[in-house]
Amino acid sequence: MAVCVAVIAKENYPLYIRSVPTESELQFHYMVHTSLDVVDEKVSAMGKALVDQRELYLGLLYPTEDYKVYGYVTNSKVKFVMVVDSSNAALRDNEIRSMFRKLHNSYTDVMCNPFYTPGDRIQSRCACACRGGPAGRGSCSESK
Amino acid sequence: MEGLTLSDAEQKYYSDLFSYCDIESTKKVAANGRVLELFRAAQLPNDVVLQIMELCGATRLGYFGRSQFYIALKLVAVAQSGFPLRVESINTVKDLPLPRFVASKNEQESRHAASYSSDSENQGSYSGVIPPPPGRGQVKKGSISHDPVQPRASADQQEPASPVVSPQQSPPTSPHTWRKHNRHPSGGNSERPLAGAGPFWSPFGETQSGSSTGDAVWSGHSPPPPQENWVSFADTPPTSTLLTMHPASVQDQTTVRTVASATTANEIRRQSSSYDDPWKITDEQRQYYINQFKTIQPDLNGFIPGSAAKEFFTKSKLPILELSHIWELSDFDKDGALTLDEFCAAFHLVVARKNGYDLPEKLPESLMPKLIDLEDSADVGDQPGEVGYSGSPAEAPPSKSPSMPSLNQTWPELNQSSEQWETFSERSSSSQTLTQFDSNIAPADPDTAIVHPVPIRMTPSKIHMQEMELKRTSSDHTNPTSPLLVKTSDLSEENKINSSVKFASGNTVADGYSSSDSFTSDPEQIGNSVTRQRSHSGTSPDNTAPPPPPPRPQPSHSRSSSLDMNRTFSVTTGQQQAGVVAQPPAVPPRPQPSQAPGPVVHRPVDADGLITHTSTSPQQIPEQPNFADFSQFEVFAASNVNEEQDDEAEKHPEVLSVEKASDPASSLRVAKTDSKIEEKTAASAPANVSKGTTPLAPPPKPVRRRLKSEDELRPEIDEHTQKTGVLAAVLASQPSIPRSVGKDKKAIQASIRRNKETNTVLARLNSELQQQLKDVLEERISLEVQLEQLRPFSHL
Repeated sequence: MAVCVAVIAKENYPLYIRSVPTESELQFHYMVHTSLDVVDEKVSAMGKALVDQRELYLGLLYPTEDYKVYGYVTNSKVKFVMVVDSSNAALRDNEIRSMFRKLHNSYTDVMCNPFYTPGDRIQSRCACACRGGPAGRGSCSESK
Repeated sequence: MEGLTLSDAEQKYYSDLFSYCDIESTKKVAANGRVLELFRAAQLPNDVVLQIMELCGATRLGYFGRSQFYIALKLVAVAQSGFPLRVESINTVKDLPLPRFVASKNEQESRHAASYSSDSENQGSYSGVIPPPPGRGQVKKGSISHDPVQPRASADQQEPASPVVSPQQSPPTSPHTWRKHNRHPSGGNSERPLAGAGPFWSPFGETQSGSSTGDAVWSGHSPPPPQENWVSFADTPPTSTLLTMHPASVQDQTTVRTVASATTANEIRRQSSSYDDPWKITDEQRQYYINQFKTIQPDLNGFIPGSAAKEFFTKSKLPILELSHIWELSDFDKDGALTLDEFCAAFHLVVARKNGYDLPEKLPESLMPKLIDLEDSADVGDQPGEVGYSGSPAEAPPSKSPSMPSLNQTWPELNQSSEQWETFSERSSSSQTLTQFDSNIAPADPDTAIVHPVPIRMTPSKIHMQEMELKRTSSDHTNPTSPLLVKTSDLSEENKINSSVKFASGNTVADGYSSSDSFTSDPEQIGNSVTRQRSHSGTSPDNTAPPPPPPRPQPSHSRSSSLDMNRTFSVTTGQQQAGVVAQPPAVPPRPQPSQAPGPVVHRPVDADGLITHTSTSPQQIPEQPNFADFSQFEVFAASNVNEEQDDEAEKHPEVLSVEKASDPASSLRVAKTDSKIEEKTAASAPANVSKGTTPLAPPPKPVRRRLKSEDELRPEIDEHTQKTGVLAAVLASQPSIPRSVGKDKKAIQASIRRNKETNTVLARLNSELQQQLKDVLEERISLEVQLEQLRPFSHL
């Protein structure tokens, strides 16, 4: 179950961050923050090749005892970070990818909105709904 | 918590209020925010409020559930009515007026609330203070099935009284409001000042204020009126309507509104027809929307770009967040542009929102863009809209979408096919490939398309190819370069190989190069040399093909341009073909006189080969059948050592005569050999004679022989002297050849030969240098190609 989903802008400030309501939401925020370093590391590692050849899905950024953090970066250097509960029987990579894909789609939908100026915090209700979708659906499908 | 019995009006009202307070739709309201506002608006003392909250159990739970909220509202009503607050009073107090919620902002609002209440009382069906929707009674009667809707409708009506309770209701209320409005001719709305407290309900307030002009006021809210009001909203005039939108200006609204209202009253009445689907766009509305659409985009089938739509809807003064949400709902295909349908839906949503209706979470069916046709889908849309809309407002939207039949194909897609989204998203996630593709500048460059399959052509024009490579991805780079590199290596190899065959092949390749028209001077340079060589090759292969040169010891040849000599020689002579052809025959004449007449016939052909063979040291001879002849010559030489001088002299004239008889080209060669070592020629003559048996000696052989002769002439002089002596003897033995050539001629001819020899030497040197130049150029081109290959990767 994805316990936290975050959309980080190019300048590394959060555009949207939602967690499963728990007490340790701040911890998730902190994990996302620390994962940004790993994201940059991965991006620069494959930065030698042309940008086009770079894989969007970054994979597991780093695991902790309870959680795993996955990363995904778009071509516009907008990063998606997902914190997943490790107790879940390991989510397959494909599922994580599909979740990120849905997240990416939702993000592009938000971008398409002319009333949304890039760089603003994402407050769209649809984004909230969509976030619930990928995070919940993805995990549920796996757990079942 | 005792059971709570609410009258219909109360039920409706409470549910409306609850939905109003329930911002996040979580079915529970935190004890803050709007709830507090609401309670404050109830104009109750704080302690009473606290007591109410305590009683309803909210303090216990920490939040307001629906039941708690209802109880609280009931208690508010109780308190407002003056009854003591007790839990029992919830149910015991009968005919409790609806709780009053008054905004503290405006005195007028309170008055308005009062007026509303009076209106409601006038209605008779409602005891609530809140001005009931004029048509509420009718609404109630008319549509039992729409009970869930009506509370909302009524709540809408009521809401104007309570500025705090801004309508966050579902859409269904709108048509009801219209209808109510129509059927509510009077409403005791004598009081003008509409409490324009909240932006949400100010329109309502306005409508309510003037009952006589209530219609007009309503017009301010319902979409049809917007036709005028929107005009104002969009532009200027009925400032009243504009003012209605703004809570600030409340004063002047009434007067102006009356004017506007009158015009829209009729429309409002007409609006009443659309009863079932609150979100359905009426004809007038649609027409209005279409007109507005035309102002932005004349083509009804075209799109309104997002920026234009943004400007347009920003004029509605709705918060950006809500506009963003409206956009998300209405932009069905998520393309950033609005079609006519999408625009109408968005406009309708904006109107509804301005009127205070809550924005739905999902696009109502009737608002869904008609992807098929306006006419077809309109019919289709109406029915499902009506059919689907039977449940409570909250349920209506979700029930609509599944119940929607075939209205919009994409909608089911969106709803159901997450897999489809997956596929789409896969494509989108593979946008990197897309961007890759897009970033490729002119991948369909015809030149590149042409070049790739013909790598040979690429070689000479590496600059051009490099340019094309820069445009392509790395994968493409390999294609042109690999064949190119291969070609270059081949060329270099070929050029370095001394064999005529390989050179010929190189020349053929060069033919390909020279045939390519589209390339620059670089290839031209090569091409020139190549063409020159090609000219040679063009002739030599034709002529030399029959006599294959394989037996010729290539490694033994230090100079690769042995062939060049021939060709350059032929070029210099200007008689390429003749020269090449003539060379073989040129030599034989020399040995002819020394040999038996039999081979004479062959000698013209074999002469060169023979001579070269013979002229060259015995080293070359072993490969040829002439080897044996030398032994004969040696025998002769041994026998005729004494007659060397004479023989030479004799031979010279003979040779000279022969030379003269033969081609001048051949004479050059002969002269060359003669100039070097006359004995050699003499020796070669018998060798040639002996060689007469052999078929046409390949011209390269003679050429090589000659080259070799140059190199080895001197060392072989001693060896050949005897042979020459033998030859001389042999020649001398042949009386057939006249020896009438004078010594003067001989001297001249000798000088000529020497000059020609130097010419050939220089020509050969030139050809060799050309070869080296060609090699270097190819290397340069290959290096440049490699550099270009490396360059894009170095760019990050």
